[in-house]
Amino acid sequence: MPDLSTTYLGLHLKNPIVASASPLSKKVETVKKMEDAGIGAVVMYSLFEEQITHESLALHHYLERGTESHAEAQTYFPDLEKYNVGPEKYLELVQALKAAVQIPVIGSLNGVSVGGWVDYAKKIEQAGADALELNIYNIPTRMDVPAADVEQEYIDLVTEVRKQVKIPLAVKLGAQFTALPNFISRLAAAGANGVVLFNRFIQPDLDIETLEVVPHLKLSTSDELRLPLRWVAILYGRLKADLALTGGVHTTEDLVKSILAGASVAMIASEFIAKGMGRISELVSELDKWLTEYEYKSVKQMRGSMSQQNVGDPTAFERANYMKALTSYDNRKW
Amino acid sequence: MKRDMVTIDANEAVAYVAYRLNEVIAIYPITPSSGMGEFSDEWSAKGIPNLWGTVPLVVEMQSEGGAAGAVHGALQTGSLTTTFTASQGLLLMIPNMYKIAGELTPAVIHVSARTVATHALSIFGDHSDVMATRQTGFALLASRSAQEAHDMALISQAATLKSRVPFLHFFDGFRTSAEVNKIEQLTADDLRAMIDERLIAEHRARALTPDRPALRGTAQNPDVFFQARETVNPFYAKTPAIVQEVMDQFAKVAGRSYHLFDYAGAADAERVVILMASGAETAEETAHYLVNQGEKVGVITVRLYRPFSVEHLMKALPATVKTIAVLDRTKEPGAAGEPLYQDVITACNEALAQGIAPFKTMPRIVGGRYGLSSKEFTPAMVKAVFDELKQANPRNHFTIGINDDVSHTSLAYDPHFSIEADDVVRCLFFGLGADGTVGANKNSIKIIGEETNFGAQGYFVYDSKKSGQVTISHLRFGPRPIRAPYLIGENNANFVACHQFTFLERVDMLKYAKPGGVFLLNSIYGPDEVWDHLPREVQEDIIRKQLRFYVIDGYKVAERTGMGGRVNTIMQTCFFAISNVLPKDEAIAQIKKMILKTYGKRGEAVVQQNYNAVDQSLEHLLEVKVPGKVTSQITRRPAVPEDAPEFVKNVLGPITAFAGDSLPVSAFPLDGTFPTGTSQWEKRNIALEIPVWEPDLCIQCGKCAFVCPHAVIRMKVYDPKHLENAPATFKSIDAKFRELPGTKFTIQVAPEDCTGCALCVEACPAKDKTNVSRKAINMADQLPLREPERANWEFFLELPEVDRTALAFNTVKNSQVLQPLFEFSGACGGCGETPYLKLITQLFGDRMVVANATGCSSIYGGNLPTTPWSFNKDGRGPAWSNSLFEDNAEFGLGMRLTLDKQEEFARDLLPQMAAELGETLVNELLNADQSNEAGLASQRERVALLKQKLAVSKDPRAFMLASVADSLVRKSVWIIGGDGWAYDIGYGGLDHVLASGRNVNILVLDTEVYSNTGGQASKSTPRAAVAKFAAKGKGMPKKDLGMIAMAYGYVYVAKVAMGANDLQTLRAFIEADAYAGPSLVIAYSHCIAHGIDMRKGLDQQRLAVQSGIWPLYRYNPALIDEGKNPLLLDSKDPTVSVEDYAYNETRYRMLLQSDEARAELLMKSAVEDVRKRWELYKQMAAIQYGAPEKTE
Repeated sequence: MPDLSTTYLGLHLKNPIVASASPLSKKVETVKKMEDAGIGAVVMYSLFEEQITHESLALHHYLERGTESHAEAQTYFPDLEKYNVGPEKYLELVQALKAAVQIPVIGSLNGVSVGGWVDYAKKIEQAGADALELNIYNIPTRMDVPAADVEQEYIDLVTEVRKQVKIPLAVKLGAQFTALPNFISRLAAAGANGVVLFNRFIQPDLDIETLEVVPHLKLSTSDELRLPLRWVAILYGRLKADLALTGGVHTTEDLVKSILAGASVAMIASEFIAKGMGRISELVSELDKWLTEYEYKSVKQMRGSMSQQNVGDPTAFERANYMKALTSYDNRKW
Repeated sequence: MKRDMVTIDANEAVAYVAYRLNEVIAIYPITPSSGMGEFSDEWSAKGIPNLWGTVPLVVEMQSEGGAAGAVHGALQTGSLTTTFTASQGLLLMIPNMYKIAGELTPAVIHVSARTVATHALSIFGDHSDVMATRQTGFALLASRSAQEAHDMALISQAATLKSRVPFLHFFDGFRTSAEVNKIEQLTADDLRAMIDERLIAEHRARALTPDRPALRGTAQNPDVFFQARETVNPFYAKTPAIVQEVMDQFAKVAGRSYHLFDYAGAADAERVVILMASGAETAEETAHYLVNQGEKVGVITVRLYRPFSVEHLMKALPATVKTIAVLDRTKEPGAAGEPLYQDVITACNEALAQGIAPFKTMPRIVGGRYGLSSKEFTPAMVKAVFDELKQANPRNHFTIGINDDVSHTSLAYDPHFSIEADDVVRCLFFGLGADGTVGANKNSIKIIGEETNFGAQGYFVYDSKKSGQVTISHLRFGPRPIRAPYLIGENNANFVACHQFTFLERVDMLKYAKPGGVFLLNSIYGPDEVWDHLPREVQEDIIRKQLRFYVIDGYKVAERTGMGGRVNTIMQTCFFAISNVLPKDEAIAQIKKMILKTYGKRGEAVVQQNYNAVDQSLEHLLEVKVPGKVTSQITRRPAVPEDAPEFVKNVLGPITAFAGDSLPVSAFPLDGTFPTGTSQWEKRNIALEIPVWEPDLCIQCGKCAFVCPHAVIRMKVYDPKHLENAPATFKSIDAKFRELPGTKFTIQVAPEDCTGCALCVEACPAKDKTNVSRKAINMADQLPLREPERANWEFFLELPEVDRTALAFNTVKNSQVLQPLFEFSGACGGCGETPYLKLITQLFGDRMVVANATGCSSIYGGNLPTTPWSFNKDGRGPAWSNSLFEDNAEFGLGMRLTLDKQEEFARDLLPQMAAELGETLVNELLNADQSNEAGLASQRERVALLKQKLAVSKDPRAFMLASVADSLVRKSVWIIGGDGWAYDIGYGGLDHVLASGRNVNILVLDTEVYSNTGGQASKSTPRAAVAKFAAKGKGMPKKDLGMIAMAYGYVYVAKVAMGANDLQTLRAFIEADAYAGPSLVIAYSHCIAHGIDMRKGLDQQRLAVQSGIWPLYRYNPALIDEGKNPLLLDSKDPTVSVEDYAYNETRYRMLLQSDEARAELLMKSAVEDVRKRWELYKQMAAIQYGAPEKTE
């Protein structure tokens, strides 16, 4: 029987299937179900500092608006005992999850201010999270901000959080960096124990009827796998940090590819959201079956075996890949 | 025993005690008592127990009558039960009060005494409501202040248990109920010491129970009723002594001593004033002042008014008294005198006869009225009454506080007389409703009251608008408790703050400043430049009164710190910095402590934002070096323009300018009838931004005008010749109206009336092809546009209105060229109700009569100074009236009955006079088709001709026919109100009117809460939404009023939401009017009480429909005759989730934030409610009516 266990961020996982940050982790019962189905670890949904601030200010705005303005209506809402608009709800969930499940629970954080990042990171650590995923992103729209500045902000942030918390840190990144290997190596040097490739952002859509920009969230498909797959393959073995692959992992084949490319874990959400927790146990048993069938002893054995370092033609992950694709089209018989 | 000193208003002070001493609390919102119910509901939701460890059951009823019934029932089954009410609400309780008293049931009703509506409604305070209950058998106990109300709440509860006589404990609405004052809070031990639990056991032992069956509430006949009624006499005889006993016991427990009649003043007083409640505090303070000046005067405060104890009054009166003035805060037209006056005369006579009077000869007793509807009652007025008592023949039945130049009842007084002490600091703050000034001042008073040894008082005055309101905060603090229940007068304020620069042009605020005082101004102009931007009058006052003058750019600090328009914390910080009431650092620390206390649970971001505002305020606070001379070219603008009609200028103008107190009796209409079309004169200029029309993009759809809540965006189609003298910036394009070829089209904004809500921009579907952010309507700064657009607006108004016979108005576009006869209301900016009202006036305004239930619509529709209901160039327009809250459907039906009867009478008379009037005319009059505008116009012409003929007729029937001839033109009766009326308090009447089959149109402006009184739950409130009185989220689903009405089968019913489907709304209104029977239109009205961005109100309406929360339909019984199903669903199967709609709104979201588990549970049920109802509607709409189709 092959050994499916893996190590990610220094944590021992019984298998490389990790639930990526998504609404699935909002309830203890769901996480418990995932554990029962055999998930290796769970990354919680992100604590968004911006959202906390926004919720708080919005609540305040609407509770205050129109008050003390009219003799008959001093206020428009009752004064409730509490409002869970701070991080408390999230932190309570961390605690509850830690109490309810045995698998590693990885917190996830998106901050706005350096103070916010550090403060909330410490709180998540204190709440008992086994590790923390820093969900860092900004959409750099300014013409006068060079890439180096954007990258430096990330580095500074990781450095600052690293100083303040002891639990392992992973950094979840978007794909659009000019010199990803260099950037990621700097992140690792700044204290990141792992990187998660890649974040899928909500991409706005245009409604051509109303002529409005509308948010559009779609679940991933296996087609999306190849982008993170390439970068995991390129980065494997060249970093002190672990690699997590996310975005497009749906099938056992996707999972196998992720590991062959070098991922310590494959993070999945869309598949579970679309098809339910039953997919977890299916993937675990199918992975087991695959390893058995192809006579792999363990996940560790296969991990990175098809990374750029370990394939016969390393340039396959570079420009030639594109050339080859064109050639393959040319060879088709129409 | 150490007791907390708290700074609260009387509503909270009373609720604190009542809540702890009761088990069942039945509530219903009514100003100014709603706060007591709200506190109780909140405490119950939070699980706060009463004195005996159980959480009181707080239940909202459908009316005060319902609350009284529930109280009666709960008492009969042995609960400790209370309720809170005022005014009409108390009147609705009267029948049960007789029962409760007749059955000797211990209970207390707490009343914030308020004016009963007569010629007008008033939400303010006097004793007309309480006086209407004096025959019920309830004991009446009065409090003068928040402290006394706190104490009397306990005393009344203890006394009722001892005496078995139920008590009505009252205190002055607003003046006491809403005045924030520093009081010593009673402890649980105090309450326990006063309440004899054996008496509670006795009360329970008398309860109805099948374990000890009994019959209570029999019907009795002439043989025994009388005797049985007299059985209670001993209980009433003992009650005064019991109350005094309880008061004495209270004095031992709490240290404050009260008597049934408390005398204050000179021991040898010759002149005595007798009165009740807050006015007595003013009178007592004034008497002390006058006694110190050697005057022989005194005041008797009546505390226990019923049962009236002659004996105790006599013990209180000084033997030296020669003249007595009895002051009543009520009016009983036609009576020999007001009630307290009559009681005192009776008492003195009886006492003399019995030999228990302290005097040998009957003093001269006069009565006077004061303080109706919270009219100010000041020391100057008290002095005038004492002075009058010096006269050989003091005037009787006088009034004080007004200038009665009609009946000449009023006493003159010197408004400059003041007893204000020099060591008391008096501060006035002029704020904008939206800027948070009042809230900040309440916090300031709490800080001073609770963190210093000072006495502290805050009282807050508001104008009647719901947008752009002026608020005036009156704060006093000083080394003693503040006992001054009246406003800070002229030349008396040590500190005047103006939180909105533009107010300087509107309000004469520095007349209140004391010479040498401080003036703080929120100004975008710095200390070196502000002077020349002040109106001349302000400059004059600053120089003449030698005021110290400070400015702060509060707007800038607010913007920098993300506070938006709320300058409250900023101005509060400046106040503390200048006033030196606390050392600066301590003050800052206390402000921050209060910020944390007030906002802490709303999150760190809120706290930090306010902290930042505090920290940044002081560096922007700068003193102005006052120049020695007046330089300004700006003068304060008149309240209304010079060209306004005389009545508007002379009466409504002063009211607008906060000078209504100066108007004499003769200024007012005799019977409460006021002219319409007056809001146009109140140019409020409250919008920072106004819409600007881009003709090149406009598709002339009319949606902007359709949704405008304030009728400030208008459309006209007109002949090009009228453009001849158009102002240079007046915009016009070719009209796209098929029926009106060759015409021009304009959309024009009323720049000075717009509130800047931007609903029009949201509704506009036309976007620039090269830049979609530019629409055919866009918002732009008002100031640069004000002058040119004012000229354009005036020109626009002169353009002719469209010929109503030239167009069919069954499209949104066409409907919007009709003149609105509801304009510029004081409703909230972006109000969801007013667009519907405006629309019905466009369609039917020249022939409509409106019965308007009390609520938001009656306040923005009928609260002085001005009204938005208007008239057209022919002088026709909606005739409007508000009767009550509870009777509006019946009131409207009465209007219909008159119109029907008069028409019937006219139709009877016409054939009888046909020979003289002409057969043709009579036939045409009788058979006129009035289903369209042309038909209506023709009928009006015929009626005019008829009147001409009748005027010269010698037939004795002519006069009668002439007086009812107008009824021959079809009228549209609209019965309008909110959901509190339609679903709750007025539902019985509404149901009956629907059942009557009469041709009335009922419009329910459904905001799903009692919006006007601050958002209490009604039966329309949907499940899972939080509202006041449903602080845990409403657990039951929304009542389906439309379904109930449809059950009749002959009622036209429509559910509309103009933001989702404007054409459906329009059709529903037209069909409702056309339907010859009763019609009910339920209109989704987004509201400030939903906690939404009001600019997105239309989007929320759309989501409400798309989620199935608010299905659109029309049920037209006329279709049944055509063999068709009357129910037409105008919306489709839900396409968005209920959550996606609901969680855009604070009312739902706050439950999710506060109690996620309950929110999820309720939301699950709410989703199911929506699904089930939609499925049911679909089935109803699919029923086959008429004969089934034949099959082969």
